Amino acid sequence: MSRIAAKFEELRRRGEGALIAFVTAGDPKPVMTPKIVKTLSKHADIIELGIAFSDPIADGPTIQAAADRALRAGTTPSHVFAMIKKIRQTSNIPLVVLTYYNIVLKPSLETFMQKLATAGADGIIIPDLPLEEASETRKVARNHRVDLILLAAPTTALIRMKKICKASSGFVYLVSLLGVTGAREKLSDAIKHIIAKAKISSKGRIPLAVGFGISKPAHVREVIKCGANGAIVGSAFVKIIAKNLKDERKMLKELGKFGKILKSATKNQRD
Amino acid sequence: MKYMNKFPAKGKFDGFGGQFVPETLMPALEELKKAYLKLKKDKKFKRELNYYLREYAGRPTPLYYAKRLSSQVGLKVYLKREDLLLGGAHKINNTLGQTLLATHMGKTRLIAETGAGQHGVATATAAAMFGLKCDVYMGTVDMERQKLNVFRMRLLGARVIPVKSGSCTLKDAVNEALRDWTTNVRTTHYLLGSVVGPHPYPMIVRDFQRVIGKETREQILNAEKRLPDAIVACVGGGSNAIGIFYDFLDDPVEFYGIEAGGKGLKTGKHAAPLCDGSGGVLHGSYSVVMQDKFGQILPTHSIAAGLDYPGVGPEHAFMKFQGRIHYDSVTDDEAMNAFKLLSETEGILPALESAHAIAYLKKMPRKFKGKLIVVNLSGRGDKDVEVAAKAMGVKM
Ligand SMILES: Cc1ncc(COP(=O)(O)O)c(C=O)c1O
Repeated sequence: MSRIAAKFEELRRRGEGALIAFVTAGDPKPVMTPKIVKTLSKHADIIELGIAFSDPIADGPTIQAAADRALRAGTTPSHVFAMIKKIRQTSNIPLVVLTYYNIVLKPSLETFMQKLATAGADGIIIPDLPLEEASETRKVARNHRVDLILLAAPTTALIRMKKICKASSGFVYLVSLLGVTGAREKLSDAIKHIIAKAKISSKGRIPLAVGFGISKPAHVREVIKCGANGAIVGSAFVKIIAKNLKDERKMLKELGKFGKILKSATKNQRD
Repeated sequence: MKYMNKFPAKGKFDGFGGQFVPETLMPALEELKKAYLKLKKDKKFKRELNYYLREYAGRPTPLYYAKRLSSQVGLKVYLKREDLLLGGAHKINNTLGQTLLATHMGKTRLIAETGAGQHGVATATAAAMFGLKCDVYMGTVDMERQKLNVFRMRLLGARVIPVKSGSCTLKDAVNEALRDWTTNVRTTHYLLGSVVGPHPYPMIVRDFQRVIGKETREQILNAEKRLPDAIVACVGGGSNAIGIFYDFLDDPVEFYGIEAGGKGLKTGKHAAPLCDGSGGVLHGSYSVVMQDKFGQILPTHSIAAGLDYPGVGPEHAFMKFQGRIHYDSVTDDEAMNAFKLLSETEGILPALESAHAIAYLKKMPRKFKGKLIVVNLSGRGDKDVEVAAKAMGVKM
C-alpha cells in the first residue's frame, strides 16, 4: 500500500479527516523548506510541496507571490528533489508535489518521475493536466509508484467525474470553487454538490480531498462534515510565511499554531 | 501531403496543440468546440458574419501593388491591406467571428488579453457593437508603450485591467485572462486573440482569419492571372500569418513567417520561439516556447508589443517541422528601417509588427529576385508613432 493510501486508511480507522498542508518549496528560500515541513508535519497528515513555475495559471496572488519568491531565491526542481530526500531521512509523512506540466515535461516524463520517486515523494498533482492529456503521464507515474492525483471541478459533469475518480490515484483533488487558489472568507456553495457528486462517482474506492479557498478551522470542519476525507489548505499557510519573512522563529511558531488548530478541526466529526 | 482541412485531428496538429488547462475550463472548451462546429455549418451564421465583415469592418480589403517599394527591394510586391480595416488591424476578423459565436452561446461578457492593444481594441469594438460587457487584460509595460490604444479601448467602453505580474507583458495578460475565465466561466467568453491557447482556439481563430487568404487568392488571380511565388507575414501568435497562408497551403507557393528578432537571436533578447525555442506547454497547448533548461518560460523582447510573446500557435510548430512554412526573424532595427521605408516609398505607416514582414523583403533568398510576392500588411502604424520617435531619438 502506498504511503498516501496507508495514511487515509489510518485516519479512517481513527475517524479523522486528513489535513493536507501546501507550501511552495523554496519559499522564502530553499534552506527554510525542510524546517517548515518539519513544523507542519507535527499536525498535518500529508504535505504538498509546490515546485514553482513562471506562469502558474491556476494560482491566485498569494501563491503567485510565493512562486516568485522561490524562483528569485534560485529554487530549481533539483533543489526540491534534494529537499524531499532530506525530509525523507527523518520522516515518513506522505509527500506530494504540485507543479505545472511544462516543468514535468522539460526533462521528460520518465526522468522527472524517476527523480521524484528516487527522492522519496509519493504523489504528484499537475493542475494543467486534465484527464484527456494524462494517460502517458499516468503510465510513467505508475511505473515509478508515484500517485498521479487528478482534479475535479464544480463544472465537472457526473460522467466525467466517474472517469476522473477511476483514473486518479492516491486521492481525488476536488476544487471547491470556480476560480484560482487563494484564501476566501466563506466557503463556496458549490462544495456540497461537488462532494456529493464525487461520492457517488468514487463509491468509496478512492479518498476525496477538497482544496481552493479553505483557510479556517470552520471551513475544514464543514468540508469533512460534508463527507470529504481530507481538506487541503495552501494560501492560508503561505500567507503566514509571507507575513513573517524577516522572522524565521515567529514564522515557524505561527505555522505550527495554525496547523494545530486546523488539524483539530478534522477530528471528532462522528456526530 | 495535403495540409488544408485535415487538422487538427483530436485537437492536435500531429502532436502539437492539445488542452493543457485546469479541469474547471475543460467543459467550457468542449461547449465552445460544439457550438463552433455547429455554427460553422450554419448558413445564417455565415451570412451574418459576412455582413458585419463587409458593411461594418470594411472587407474585402484591397490587394495593392506597391510599385515604388517593389523597385526598392527588387521584387514585385503586393500588399494585403488589413491595415485598412476598422480598428486598424486584422484582429477584427477574429473578434467579430468570436463575438457572434459568444452571443449564440448566450454569453454576456467578453474578456481578452492584449499586447499591442490591437486585439483589445478589436474586442472592445465588437463588444460595443453587440452590446456586451468587455474587460481587457494588458501588461503594465505594454500599457505604457501603447498608451494610445489603452485610451481607445476605454473610449469604446471597455475596462482595461493592468497586469502587474511576471514580465508585465502579453504572456502575463494571457495568464490573468485565463484566471478570470476560470472564475467566471459560466457567463464569460474568453476571446483569445491569436492561434494560440488550448484547442479549439487555434482552429477557430485560424478559420476566422482565413478570409485574408481567400480574398488574396481571388485578387492576385485577377490582377496577375497567377498565384504568387511567396507570401510573407509577421508571426506573433501567428494568426495573420496562418490566415493569409492557409488557402494556398496545397499550392506551389512558398511561405515566410517572420518572428521578432529583437536585439538579435544571439543576444537572447528576442521573441522568436520558432527560430530559437523548444517544445513545451504554455497557455494550454504544446508548441514551441522560449524556456530555460528547467522549463521556466523566459522573458522576451521586441520593439513590437504584438510580437513580444514567448510562445506561438501549435499549427506553426507543426508546419515548421513539416518544412511547409519557412520561419525567420528580423531585428528591432531592421523593422524600424522598414517602418520608415514603407512610409517614405508608399505613404503607408505600417504597424511595427507588420514592419517585420516588410523588412524581410530585403532578406528574401536570392531566387526570388523579380518574383511575385504578397506581404500581409496586418495593421497600421498610428499606434506606434511614439515608440518609433523614441527609437529614432526624436522628442515629440
Ligand atoms: C498589427 C498586428 N500584426 C500582427 C500581430 C501579431 O499577432 P498574430 O501573429 O496573431 O497575427 C499583432 C498583435 O497584436 C498586431 O497588432
